[in-house]
Amino acid sequence: MNIPKPALAVDDAVAISVRNVTQRFGDQGSAREVLALDNVSLDIKRGEFVCLLGPSGCGKSTLLNIIGGLFPATEGSVTIGDTRVSGPLPREMAFVFQESTLLPWYTVLENFRIAQKFQRVSRAEWDDRAMSALKAVGMASFAQHYPNQLSVGMRQRVNLARGICMETPLLMMDEPFAALDEQTRMVLGEDLSALLAKTGKTIVFVTHSLAEAVFLSDRIFVMTARPGKIKTVVTIDEPHPRSPDFMLEERFSVWRNELYALLRDEIRQAMAALRDPQAAPAEH
Amino acid sequence: MLVNRIIQVAFLGLIAAAWYWATDIRGVPRLLLPPMESVGASFGRLIESGAFWSALQVTLSTVAQAYLIAVLSGLLAGYLVSRSTFSVDVLEPVISGIFAIPLILFFPIFVLFLGIGVSSKIAFAAVYAFFPICLNTIAGLSQVDERYLRAARSMGASPFETFRHIQFPAARPVLVNGLRVSFLICFAAVLGGETLMSMDGLGRNIAQSAEAMAPANMYAWIIFVILTAFVLNMVVTFIEERTKEH
Repeated sequence: MNIPKPALAVDDAVAISVRNVTQRFGDQGSAREVLALDNVSLDIKRGEFVCLLGPSGCGKSTLLNIIGGLFPATEGSVTIGDTRVSGPLPREMAFVFQESTLLPWYTVLENFRIAQKFQRVSRAEWDDRAMSALKAVGMASFAQHYPNQLSVGMRQRVNLARGICMETPLLMMDEPFAALDEQTRMVLGEDLSALLAKTGKTIVFVTHSLAEAVFLSDRIFVMTARPGKIKTVVTIDEPHPRSPDFMLEERFSVWRNELYALLRDEIRQAMAALRDPQAAPAEH
Repeated sequence: MLVNRIIQVAFLGLIAAAWYWATDIRGVPRLLLPPMESVGASFGRLIESGAFWSALQVTLSTVAQAYLIAVLSGLLAGYLVSRSTFSVDVLEPVISGIFAIPLILFFPIFVLFLGIGVSSKIAFAAVYAFFPICLNTIAGLSQVDERYLRAARSMGASPFETFRHIQFPAARPVLVNGLRVSFLICFAAVLGGETLMSMDGLGRNIAQSAEAMAPANMYAWIIFVILTAFVLNMVVTFIEERTKEH
């Protein structure tokens, strides 16, 4: 968190480059083979906040995992800076997952220590970094608590803080607020916007919430129903940090409606595929 | 708590009353069930002569050796099997299938190979007690929440760190339970083996008293074994409770 960067840190350098990524699940050529991602290419600029938005099952989480090197793509490549991704890059990127991945047998502070130990941060820095990240999300007084002593919202705050405390230039967030209620979600989204404007991190944020996407993103990659492709890119031209008032502005609704119009057909298709798997457009 | 104690004591009292009723009122033959006071007298004599303690020493040392072998081999085998889903799928049903057989059937084979001395009891109890440890190790280690493993991988955890901080703590309650069950099985297997074919130990003394038509002694030995099992179970439960604390 001590990285001094201006509030508007987006420059033209490419931080993440995804080229022709295709992902299949199941045995190749068999009837059960599922095409999850179909020839996806995109560039994410340094310091940019990018959302992957799409209907359930469109492969957005899969794409995030591939970018993070958590599993290899069937075809295509991902490049981070100058490195081609072939496995996790703990120095480069941290993950925040949908559900809290705090280990229940360790206290909050111990969880942060373990994470930094895994990431090979020197021991002397562990507690300072943990406490300042916890302070940033207002959870410093819960350092000695066990995760199951916290509410779901608090756990997710801590989870977010752990991602930030890793001090990586990239942050991958896989629907981090999906398990939370609407109000907690909005407050956390607001905090996140303020926090990240200070750190200058490059963020990839997976969500299916339209409002969340508009509120947080610099650019939104709208994905199609399965097999996932990039349908279009929507740019949200609004400086960070964003205040809750932004949500009341007309521009916000215009963007939100635009996204809804883009997604409506995809959502219908995804729902039809759920009702009747044979009709799914996975065959082509 | 107090109510529980009262019920437990009342239960013991009920057994004593039934015993008294059978021997002193119904007149069950002394050879089958001697009166309480003569069993009590035998009990006192066996304590004084030191027979209890020397037999207890033999049995406990057999149990300890068998248990040590079972723990080490069970944990190791369970760990190795749990390392791939393939070996879990193939081997777990085999191991739990063997465990479902009453293994006491095979005890004569152990005597055949290792003789009537202590080693056949050690080997038999070690084999029997191996199974619950091995099975619980497999169950504990192969059911670790995938989300934790994925998160650890994204943070760059080494395989050893993943084991030390995630797999082992996640499996610990199941492991501890396996260790407890296996200890009790180990004790039962040693006593069973001693009663069937052996030269010394608590079980041998029960069998010998029966063969010698000394029922008062036999019941005294049985009561002593029950007390031993009771104390051991308390010790094991106490240790198990301690491991649950953070």
